[in-house]
Amino acid sequence: MAKDNVKIKDQTQIKPYTLNFGPQHPAAHGVLRMVMEMDGEVVERCDPHIGLLHRGTEKLIEHKTYTQAIPYFDRLDYVAPMNQEHAFALGVERLLGITVPLRAQYIRVLFSELTRILNHILNITTYALDVGAITPSLWGFEQREIGMEFYDRVCGARLHANYFRPGGVRLDMPAGLAEDMYSFAEDFPKFLADLEGLLTENRIFKQRTVDIGIVSKDEAMDWGFTGPMLRGSGVPWDLRKSQPYEVYDKMDFDVPIGTTGDCYARYLVRIEEMRQSAKMMMQAINDMPSGPVMTEDHKVTPPSRADMKYSMEALIHHFKLYTEGYHVPEGEVYAAVEAPKGEFGVYLVSDGTNKPYKCKIRAPGFAHLQAIDYMSRGHMLADTVAIIGSMDVVFGEIDR
Amino acid sequence: MSVQDLKDLKSYLKSKLANAVLKTDISYQQLTITVRRESVRRVISFLRDDAACNFKQVVDITAVDYPERDERFEVVYHMLSLHHNLRIRVKLNTDEKTPVDSIVDLFSTANWFEREVWDMYGIYFKDHPDLRRILTDYGFNGHPLRKDFPLTGFVELRYDEEQKRVVYEPVKLSQQFRKFDFLSPWEGMTDVQNLLPGDEKAHMPEHGLEMIEKITDETDDDHRYKSIGGKGH
Repeated sequence: MAKDNVKIKDQTQIKPYTLNFGPQHPAAHGVLRMVMEMDGEVVERCDPHIGLLHRGTEKLIEHKTYTQAIPYFDRLDYVAPMNQEHAFALGVERLLGITVPLRAQYIRVLFSELTRILNHILNITTYALDVGAITPSLWGFEQREIGMEFYDRVCGARLHANYFRPGGVRLDMPAGLAEDMYSFAEDFPKFLADLEGLLTENRIFKQRTVDIGIVSKDEAMDWGFTGPMLRGSGVPWDLRKSQPYEVYDKMDFDVPIGTTGDCYARYLVRIEEMRQSAKMMMQAINDMPSGPVMTEDHKVTPPSRADMKYSMEALIHHFKLYTEGYHVPEGEVYAAVEAPKGEFGVYLVSDGTNKPYKCKIRAPGFAHLQAIDYMSRGHMLADTVAIIGSMDVVFGEIDR
Repeated sequence: MSVQDLKDLKSYLKSKLANAVLKTDISYQQLTITVRRESVRRVISFLRDDAACNFKQVVDITAVDYPERDERFEVVYHMLSLHHNLRIRVKLNTDEKTPVDSIVDLFSTANWFEREVWDMYGIYFKDHPDLRRILTDYGFNGHPLRKDFPLTGFVELRYDEEQKRVVYEPVKLSQQFRKFDFLSPWEGMTDVQNLLPGDEKAHMPEHGLEMIEKITDETDDDHRYKSIGGKGH
């Protein structure tokens, strides 16, 4: 009898098996391949294989002048391009010792916050899609499209902006843009309310996110979390408040902090961040002074088009600047911004020539994704999808 | 975060870690300490645990390659103290052969960062639990961010219709890789190291052809020209 029991037990026990998740999977948010060891439907180990989108950005930047390096930053986290140009621009400016005109600083803040909204819309709506809700993405992408039209109007491209340059921003905003952005920011909370109506108290959404992927404060620090991931775990830390750059110290905004550290808390943090960003956009437009948008130090910035038509020297200057580029003094600097996904940093080593000697890109997603093993262990397979969604991973920046 | 705080921290670390710290420096309002390679774990755990430091986050680990130095690599750790709102940069030197102690058991986040440094620079981290390549392809050879690794790499791949799989081949460039050295824009195209066919005319001294030596590169039958004399450049 006892022998039979053992037999039955052997038969019903499910053998642990290995599951290959991705790299082509809609919930992988790009090209993430995960080799998961499963016990039934429970994840025992999860080994992400990244690098499928590795393009050697850092190596390429070492072979380009400082001006030519900026477009590479758009292509890292292609959901939040301007924030990353910002980190690079700040680093170069610090090495060169130039200050940015006040108007340019406000424009940078304005567009950084617009980008934050665009990023969070994409994250939250696709996240909702992962856990079963389709409508948010349909509504959200409409808003995102409006936001990307502002991108288009200010720099000519919907995604790859190349707009923040060392010394300021490329061009001043065209007439009428500020007004349109203001009314977008004004109406945006209404969309947020609609979005929240779909998700925040939604039974299915809460079932899928509450108490999933809980990270405590200490663990969040240990894993190098930043941005909404860190704040979702209850750590009050935001570079815009604690190490303010540009005019963030003049901005009036609150930093939302999650209390539970689960996927739901991270969702709530992002929703509130969008509300604060919309507020900041309006504030930036209201407080924006008039004036130049590029530093007057023409060692770094090109002469005006009009000058080039009449002045030979200006033409030569322009040619020199776009072939040789400017020389950045020897030194090293780490510049970080609060990108929508977390701390995006650039460690720049200059050897005094016109090309960076080393440009390390510190992508927040890289640090976040490696915690997937720890966060999804013991959860069901479907929860892993929710956890990836709440991490807000974009492979452009992780694989670089 | 002020420079005074950094100065205080600098002298504090100098006194506390006297035999581990080789050099300290504050530039661009950032503090850098260079430490002895053997004492990296002691320094990092001190920075983490000491109440006056409290650097609870490792933000980034990377390396910089200086091929001309005896110990060619600089491993760079960036740490952040949320409590004191301070950043610190910890550096150490190593070469291709000497391993660096891993700090994965001190900071979980160091795991992937160290793997990346291993992948990109070939710096070995001792006692790392899982030191595999991370960003490059399966079966990749070489360490791409080393300064002596060419930008074009060594292999290229394509889908082969006959074999029905992706095949790897040595890189074939239909045009020689042109590295424009625009340090002086007027001579950017006539860099002596990277002459294009025909460029030798620009360097031709008045005495004529004996100053030019034709070099045949045996690996790819690509004729390159190199000026061996003359005052043309």
